[in-house]
Amino acid sequence: MAGKLRLVVVTPEGKTFDDDVEQVVMPGVEGQLGILPGHVPLLTQIQPGELDLQVGSRWNELAVGGGFVEVAGDRVTILTDMAVKVEDIDEHAVERALENAKKALLEKAGSPESAELMAMIQRSTSQLNLKRKRRTNS
Amino acid sequence: MASTHDIRRRIRSVRNTAQITKAMQMVAASKMRKAQAMALAGRPYAESLNRVLSSLANRVGSLSHPFLEKRELRRPCVLILSTDKGLCGALNTNLLREVAVLPKETVFVAAGKKGKQFIARMGRELLADFDIKDDASSYRVRQMSQFLIDQYLEGKIDSVSVFHTRFVNTLVQKPEQNDLLPIGRLAKLEAGIVEKPPQELTSDENLQYIYEPNGNEVLSALLPAYLHFQVYQLVLDAKASEHSARMVAMKSATDNAQGMIKDLTLEYNKVRQNGITTELLEIATAQMAMA
Repeated sequence: MAGKLRLVVVTPEGKTFDDDVEQVVMPGVEGQLGILPGHVPLLTQIQPGELDLQVGSRWNELAVGGGFVEVAGDRVTILTDMAVKVEDIDEHAVERALENAKKALLEKAGSPESAELMAMIQRSTSQLNLKRKRRTNS
Repeated sequence: MASTHDIRRRIRSVRNTAQITKAMQMVAASKMRKAQAMALAGRPYAESLNRVLSSLANRVGSLSHPFLEKRELRRPCVLILSTDKGLCGALNTNLLREVAVLPKETVFVAAGKKGKQFIARMGRELLADFDIKDDASSYRVRQMSQFLIDQYLEGKIDSVSVFHTRFVNTLVQKPEQNDLLPIGRLAKLEAGIVEKPPQELTSDENLQYIYEPNGNEVLSALLPAYLHFQVYQLVLDAKASEHSARMVAMKSATDNAQGMIKDLTLEYNKVRQNGITTELLEIATAQMAMA
């Protein structure tokens, strides 16, 4: 078994995650993408969804927005506009945000803001899915 | 001469004002630090973005992308990052003075009420205005940069520059113009993302990346991310400038108020002593008349 991967998740607001992991599975634009130590250098995009990472023998999840992944050596850098750890997701706040965004979308269909609202709905939905999945598992 | 009562009232009112300006100074100081910290928190993102972009810039070489093409300038667009509120010294005045001399065909997008009011007053064309609060997240700012990108891609505007106030230090903020679109040379992309002088890029690692789906697609997805991030950083820089300008303005207002209280107190004591002297004189005169 090869060494470990250094996973760094950065957003414009700061670093969300920076630690050694065994492996990471992310939502690539061309399907689920798993990275193990010793991967060839890779540059690709990810779409909003969930990021699974294995630390020791435990799995952990992050909700991520769209962005980019850079794999270089044993370092994986994820550039995204959103990254939230599953334990930091406030389900009620996200639900409320989702409601508001949907309401606003109905009112403003076709306006330049609707694309942004769609993206927000997608982000909120992926956070909620992750949170709920985590709960049914545990 | 004003009565002691009047002077006392004035002292009280000035003291109240001083208290308010002092509080505003404190608030501005903490907000300034917050904006600076937020700008700094974007540094790892900027560094990663730079690394990825520079690796691509070398590889893709001759790439054609609408963001990179220079067009004939029929409708240049200017984004003004001004403040919502006043009481920040000459910050907006200095910024808007630069804006006032722009050619007539320029259209504007305003962030902040002061810029919007200025454009309306000047009778220039305002394309849109955005409300960017102090705690604006990068999504909120992204809405604005996305709007600019969309307008640019639709051909409604031919260039985008940003006018904002650069935070030099607490005492100095200077208005600055940043050209956003079209992106000049690709190699220039790494500059100006962080507020400090941009660091040298370590391109000697020269990794052979595999691009998925392919280099061009990754690059054309990276360019908007680059622009969004740049605008976000500029907004934070403008916020830091605003709050430091307000802090300095409020500090001098507080100092002025203290000076005024001192003068008024002196005046008050003079009037009071004058009154006592007159009273004493009157008593003495009365005594002499009785004797």
